[in-house]
Order: sequence, then C-alpha cells, then structure tokens
Amino acid sequence: MNTFTICNKELQSYFRSPIAYTVIALWALIGGFFFYFGLSFFVQRSMEGAMTGQSFPMDINEWIVRPLLSNVNVVALFLIPMITMRLFAEEKRSGTIELLMTSPINDIEIVLGKWLAAVALYSIMLLVSVLHMAILFRYGQPDWRPLAVGYLGLLLQGGCLLAIGTFVSTCTSNQIVAGALGFAISLLLFVLNWVSEFGSSVSERVIGYLSVQAHFESFSKGVLDSKDIVFYVSMIILGLFLTSRSLESVRWRA
Amino acid sequence: MIKVEGLTKRYARNIAVDNISFEVEKGQIVGFLGPNGAGKTTTMRVLTCFMPPTSGTASVAGFDVQQNPMEVKRRIGYLPETPPLYPDMEVVEYLDFVGRIKGINTADLPKRINEVSEKCAIGDVRQKLIGKLSKGYRQRVGLAQAILHNPDVLILDEPTSGLDPHQIIETRDLIKGLAGDHTIILSTHILPEVEQICEKVIIIAKGKVVATDSVENLTSRLRGSETVAIEVIAADESGVQSRLEQVAGVSRVIHKESKDGRLHFTVESLEGRHIRPSLARAVIEAGWNLNELHGMALSLEEIFLELTASHKEPAATREAAALKEVVQEDIAEAGAEEESK
Repeated sequence: MNTFTICNKELQSYFRSPIAYTVIALWALIGGFFFYFGLSFFVQRSMEGAMTGQSFPMDINEWIVRPLLSNVNVVALFLIPMITMRLFAEEKRSGTIELLMTSPINDIEIVLGKWLAAVALYSIMLLVSVLHMAILFRYGQPDWRPLAVGYLGLLLQGGCLLAIGTFVSTCTSNQIVAGALGFAISLLLFVLNWVSEFGSSVSERVIGYLSVQAHFESFSKGVLDSKDIVFYVSMIILGLFLTSRSLESVRWRA
Repeated sequence: MIKVEGLTKRYARNIAVDNISFEVEKGQIVGFLGPNGAGKTTTMRVLTCFMPPTSGTASVAGFDVQQNPMEVKRRIGYLPETPPLYPDMEVVEYLDFVGRIKGINTADLPKRINEVSEKCAIGDVRQKLIGKLSKGYRQRVGLAQAILHNPDVLILDEPTSGLDPHQIIETRDLIKGLAGDHTIILSTHILPEVEQICEKVIIIAKGKVVATDSVENLTSRLRGSETVAIEVIAADESGVQSRLEQVAGVSRVIHKESKDGRLHFTVESLEGRHIRPSLARAVIEAGWNLNELHGMALSLEEIFLELTASHKEPAATREAAALKEVVQEDIAEAGAEEESK
C-alpha cells in the first residue's frame, strides 16, 4: 500500500516535470529513426533480391525486429540515467527525505515504490516503440513470439539498470552527479562482455558474464533462457538491496 | 511523554550532542533554546527517528526510538527547519500524499485535510502549486503536514525562522492554539519567542544542556536580587530619588526618564529582600502619587548570556561574541515586531 503511494507520487511527479515528456520524445525520435532506417534497408534488399531473380521471402524478425531491438537497447542505456537520477538526489537536496524517513513506512517500501515508478515510466516508453511493431504487423507477418521475448528482455535489462541508477541516486544530493555516475556504471555493465572476446580465463569469463548486454543477446533472438532471467532478476535484487542499505546509511551519516 | 537519557550524537569529527538528558510531560510546550549549531536539530532528528543516537536512549510515549521506530513515528509530527514540501504538487495533493504515508485511513483523509487546512489557514491556497506559495504559506503547509495525523507529539524545528513579523505572530498563535492536544517541542534561537509560547525551556549550548526549567523558575533562580520599576507622579525628582534610596533593602535607584511630571525609576534590592511593599508605603506617605509598580523579570536574553557565560570554556570567547550578536539580532527583531503591532 505504501509502496503504491510512493510509486504513484513518483510517477505523477515524472509527468508534472518535463522529464517524462523529454525522455519519451527522445525515445520516439531516435527509436523512430532506427525503425525507419531498418525498414528502408529491408525494403531495398528485398527489391534487389527480386530484381536479381533470387526471390525468397525475407524474415522480418531476422531482418528488422532483431537489429531494431539491439539498437533500441542502446538508446535505453542513454535514457535510463535520466529517469533515475532525480529519484533520491532531489529528495536529499530539498530535505523532503526527512519527511519520508520520519513517516511510519519502511525503507524498502520507499525504495520499491520509487523503482517501480521508474520501471513504469520506462514501460510507457517501450509502449511507444510498440507502435513501430504494429506497422510491421499491418504490412507483414512477423512472428509475435520472439518479439514478445525481446520486449521482456528490454524490460528486464531496463529494470536492472534502473535499480542500479536508483542506488546511485541515493549516494549524492546532486542530480547531475547521480546521472553521470549512473550512466558510467550502466555503460560499463553494458560493454563488459568485450573482455571475454580476447580471452577465456575464468576471471574474464566471470567479468563477461556480468555484462547486461551479453544476457540480452538471447532475448533479442527470441530465445527465453532461464539463465538470463535469473541474471537480470538477481541484478535487480542486488540494486534494490544496495539502495535500501545506502538509504539506511543516510540516517547515520546525515 | 518524551524521555531523553544520556543522549550523545557524534559525527565523524565533532560531537553534536553531548550526553544530554531531559523529560517532557504530556501537554507541555517546551522551548529548545540555543545558538545555531548547539545541537537542537540533531536532538530533534534523533527524537523523530531520522537518525540513531551514538549512545544513550530516547523514548516517545514509552517507545524507544531505536527499538520501536515505527510506533514513535506514528506518534510524532515533525516540521524540519526547511518544510519538506514538493514544489510541483498542489497543496491538497501534497497533504493527501502525506496522509497516506502517515497511515491515515483513506476514508477519513479528506475530512482530516479539511480540518488541518482550516486550523492552519491554508484553505484559500488548497489548489495552488506549493512552488508558487509565499514563505509564510509554505511554513503553514509544513505545519499542516506535521499535525495531519493528529500526533501526540509535535516537533517543530525553528518554526518561525525566515518569516516576516506578521507571519511570525500568526505562526506563534497557531502553535499556541495547538497546545493542550499535543505535546510540543520547538526549537528556536529567538529568545522572546520562548517567553511568549513555552511553559518550559531547555537551554542548550555546544551540545550540552545548560539549564532546564520553567520560564518563571529560571528567571527567579538566576535572580538573587529583585528589580522593580516604579512610576511616581511628583514634581521633585531628586527628592523622590533620595527618599527611595532611604527605603530599607534598596541597593540602587536609577532614574530612567521623566515625562509630564511622571518619574520613572528602576530600583534594585539587596539580595533576598522584598522591597515592593515598603517602596509603595514610602511614596504614599511622602504624599506623592504612585502610578505604577511592578517587578521586572530578568529577560531570557540576560539569563541566556549568564548561563552560557558561566559555562564558558577557554576557547569559547568567539562563541560568546557570536551569541551576543544573536541576542542583538533578537532584540532588533523583537523591536520590528513591536512596530508591526
């Protein structure tokens, strides 16, 4: 109940400020560009195929959906810190954190409420890109199952980066610092799998395993792998756990 | 209602609150008085469960702040120095949010919001964005937030700071109106405020309690000798003065001013002597008219300076200077207030 109250307040405040509109507009713009680009490329290739006589039905999922999901995933990486940076930093700066922490609610309810609000905004963002997919369904016959799995992957990876961003936001009362730090950590987590491309020692494999992008690969192919779901869910729990510990430390450090 | 024992709060390098103890009875209004940085806010933050003490205990309504923080939080309304407001919310939305996280039944909430809006006189700004409100209104919304869940204990951190004289008077009246239903602790560095609002005063300086007493007791405890203001209607100024000086127990007579034949004197007694009856008789027997005679209480300014000065440590001279400044500021403030009346 308290979690819902906090979540509701937080979500409303996203839409009272320009944050929600900015993030959604940027997403629609950049996502739209990638979609247009992917679609044009697909159309060109199938025309070429038809002209050279190698006419075969091209797979929309393989040619459009999969690259689109990967591209859109990178865009989300940039937008997520913008969503999370204010969550706690602003409350700390304005002193409203004192209201929350002297009210009869648990820290975990505050953390969960705020994170859920961020996830909700992120989901609304994803819904905008569903419009693009709707166009594909109008003019082609893509398979919806890998698409759904892809979106689940986007949501899980987003939830994981949002949890980490929420944690970073508790560490400072400066939103810019929270945003920059959140972005740096998200980006690092994104590209960690590059490490394992140059070697396969245990440490390199472990570091590579921590990459959020590596686990997204199977989702974008439409493969639902429990190993990846476990990874994302445990990262989300870790992020939220760190957030609540950090919030607790506000008490004795403040 | 509130019990603090041996409370110490230590930050990384310095001690903010050093082994303080005090008790507050149910229904009392207690003033927490001290210069900036004395440890008032820290003590309040411990009481509201915002931060744990380094050592010692504090309890509210029998619940320990560390063992039972949820029970304590339910019984406390807290107004921090900067009211915890969300500028992008409307007043009524804000109160609704606060009511929910304070655990007020959602069915009762609209009624409760109406009640506190009326009590705090914010009815006319209910639909306004908090960010657009004046400082006085923000303070009142902050107060409304604190009393929304009808808490047993109200903790107000400098509730009148930064307000204009008119708003200060309104806020003080509001706080006085809340007494009785609530036990109130308020902190301030404005001395007349304590005299006006509080029944009991806890003076704190450099993290230590310097004095705890009722306002009257504190005054009389510090007052070995009595100071009396007297107004006599007579023509002969030096005659009156020398007659007053002859009264038994009088140590000093100071002539203040004369206006239209009314002579003002301040008379100080020797220690432990009650001189008012004999002063009155002396004036009447000499055939003059006694217009006014009243005992002058030592103002809190004087008490405060005396207490903190006797508490002085070698390195405290700078603080004493700062204190003086604060006091002068207060006098100026009080003057401004007087004018506005």
